[in-house]
Amino acid sequence: MSGQEDRDQDPIRAELTAADVAGEISEHDRQRPTALQRVQRILHRYPALGPLFVLVMMLIAFSFMSERFLQPFNMSLIIQQVTVVGTLAIGQTIIILTAGIDLSVGAITVFVSVIMAKLSADYGVPGIAALLVGFSFGTACGLLNGLLITRLRLPPFIVTLGTLSIFFALNLYVSASTTIRGRDMDPILTALAGRDGTIEVPFIDTPIPYASLGMLVIYAIMAYVLRYTAWGRHIYATGDDPEATRLTGIKVDRVLVSVYAVAGTIYAIGAWFLIGRIGAASPQVGIGYNLDTITAVVIGGTSLFGGRGVVIGTLIGAIIVGMARNGLSLAGFDPLWQDFTIGVLVIVAVTLDQWIRRVSA
Amino acid sequence: MTVATTKDIPTPTLQARGLVKNYGRVVALDGANLELYPGEVLGVIGDNGAGKSTLIKCFSGAVIPDEGEIYIDGELVHLHSPGDSMASGIETVYQTLAICPALDIGTNLFLGRERRKPGILGSVFRMLDLSGMREAARKEMSDLGLLTIQDMSQAVETLSGGQRQGVAVARAAAFGQRVIIMDEPTAALGVKESRKVLQLIKDVRDRGIPVILISHNMPHVFEVADRIHIHRLGRRVAVVTPQSHTMTEAVAIMTGATPAQMTDDEMALPASARAAA
Repeated sequence: MSGQEDRDQDPIRAELTAADVAGEISEHDRQRPTALQRVQRILHRYPALGPLFVLVMMLIAFSFMSERFLQPFNMSLIIQQVTVVGTLAIGQTIIILTAGIDLSVGAITVFVSVIMAKLSADYGVPGIAALLVGFSFGTACGLLNGLLITRLRLPPFIVTLGTLSIFFALNLYVSASTTIRGRDMDPILTALAGRDGTIEVPFIDTPIPYASLGMLVIYAIMAYVLRYTAWGRHIYATGDDPEATRLTGIKVDRVLVSVYAVAGTIYAIGAWFLIGRIGAASPQVGIGYNLDTITAVVIGGTSLFGGRGVVIGTLIGAIIVGMARNGLSLAGFDPLWQDFTIGVLVIVAVTLDQWIRRVSA
Repeated sequence: MTVATTKDIPTPTLQARGLVKNYGRVVALDGANLELYPGEVLGVIGDNGAGKSTLIKCFSGAVIPDEGEIYIDGELVHLHSPGDSMASGIETVYQTLAICPALDIGTNLFLGRERRKPGILGSVFRMLDLSGMREAARKEMSDLGLLTIQDMSQAVETLSGGQRQGVAVARAAAFGQRVIIMDEPTAALGVKESRKVLQLIKDVRDRGIPVILISHNMPHVFEVADRIHIHRLGRRVAVVTPQSHTMTEAVAIMTGATPAQMTDDEMALPASARAAA
């Protein structure tokens, strides 16, 4: 007897009829999701919806608590206050999407700002050149993080905890722990924020800094890259399941190194914004940005476990933090309640993420 | 009884000669051979730890053998990464499926070989053809009779176990130009879903693409395999067919209860030449 005969009779195919398939569909229909499950699925699909809801609620609540809150001037102030952290958080987002974390963001940013300023103020390097050196240096710092993580197979937490101290120490050494004033530098270094670095927003008659516009442009570019390019899809895949990603032929280590390097470039741009914003390059300002960026990313709905989240969520997260601080202060609360509120938001955001992750068929 | 002449024996689509792989002092492969002929389903069975997984990982590029050669259509190849293997037309459905749960079906199907939009959008702005890939994914899924999944932008983790398996199989079927390897494709499935996957294996074979099926499930192997490669202690000890041996006999060879007395030339024969012999 031959295999051919078996194949002709084919008991399997006979079993699989159209009715079978239809039965399977109706089986799915029968279990109608509850309202809660439906919310869970929607949030699963659109991770920025949760933070957006919080933002709108805060907007409404604070507008009742303070008349000044909704004024265009105040809104512009909030945007200005979140510009540096918001920019740095873009780099932090792509790193967290790969299931990594970067604790050295503040140290890199401050280090780069000091290098740019020192080259210009002390060595007379033209402003553009100082900027380009700064961008390259930031990229190199990120690259170093990425190489340590992939070559030595160390957890990102440990590597960046180490480079946080290393970069910060070197930054103190290079700057001799002194602040460089903005007016000693080439004007281009301070051109993006501060008194002259602003643009009038039409209709509402309020100035916002070029740096804030720059931040929004980087958000738009990164949103496009993450959604519409192969590199962006590979970032999500790497964070979601690195082994599966490797088995599809993607070079996971190369993705990781490139992500840390690009994050370093973004930090360097953030350093430029920072110099404009404070009108100086100080070796001490900005170290607290580490936790601030992580807070923005987490409140923005990106999962610390990698593979889920959108960069626009981070923008919303950064604005939520800025708005909470601003609104509570306008409403007359003691500043300690700002930190309290942000702490609650972080815990709520992570709890929500855990719940959303449990979505299944 | 005539001995088949070399003319009757087709060139194997995939061939392994003397593969050796050691993990420290553990010998996973000890001179393993394998032949896969065009248009056949080759079952691979063996006890736990016999080296089946290591063997197929050598083909999928996930493991690099210490010694031995792999030939595709008679040509020596070096598979140093999953990418090399895929470029040679070998697709693998891993037991773990190797799909990213948080990503949607379309993205998973094309992961690592995304299509870009034509023109300046694709070349300068590197824009992916998301809708085109989704459409192609839908077509592939419906070709395989997995139409119950409607929405290709749905995350894989929202699918049932069988549907996820379907996505992994669809990916292999869509890109497998030469060989498809399936590692325990029915292990996690219910009866109905297992039937579907077995049918898929037959469909793929009928499209002319040979399949290697690794499974512990003897009835499934005996149902779809044309030949069955029995692996024991890191090497091939016998190749049987569902016609020549019963399941009990195959299991006896697999566990070493019955010593197999087959020469390597005998084991390398395709099913057609065996029937003639």
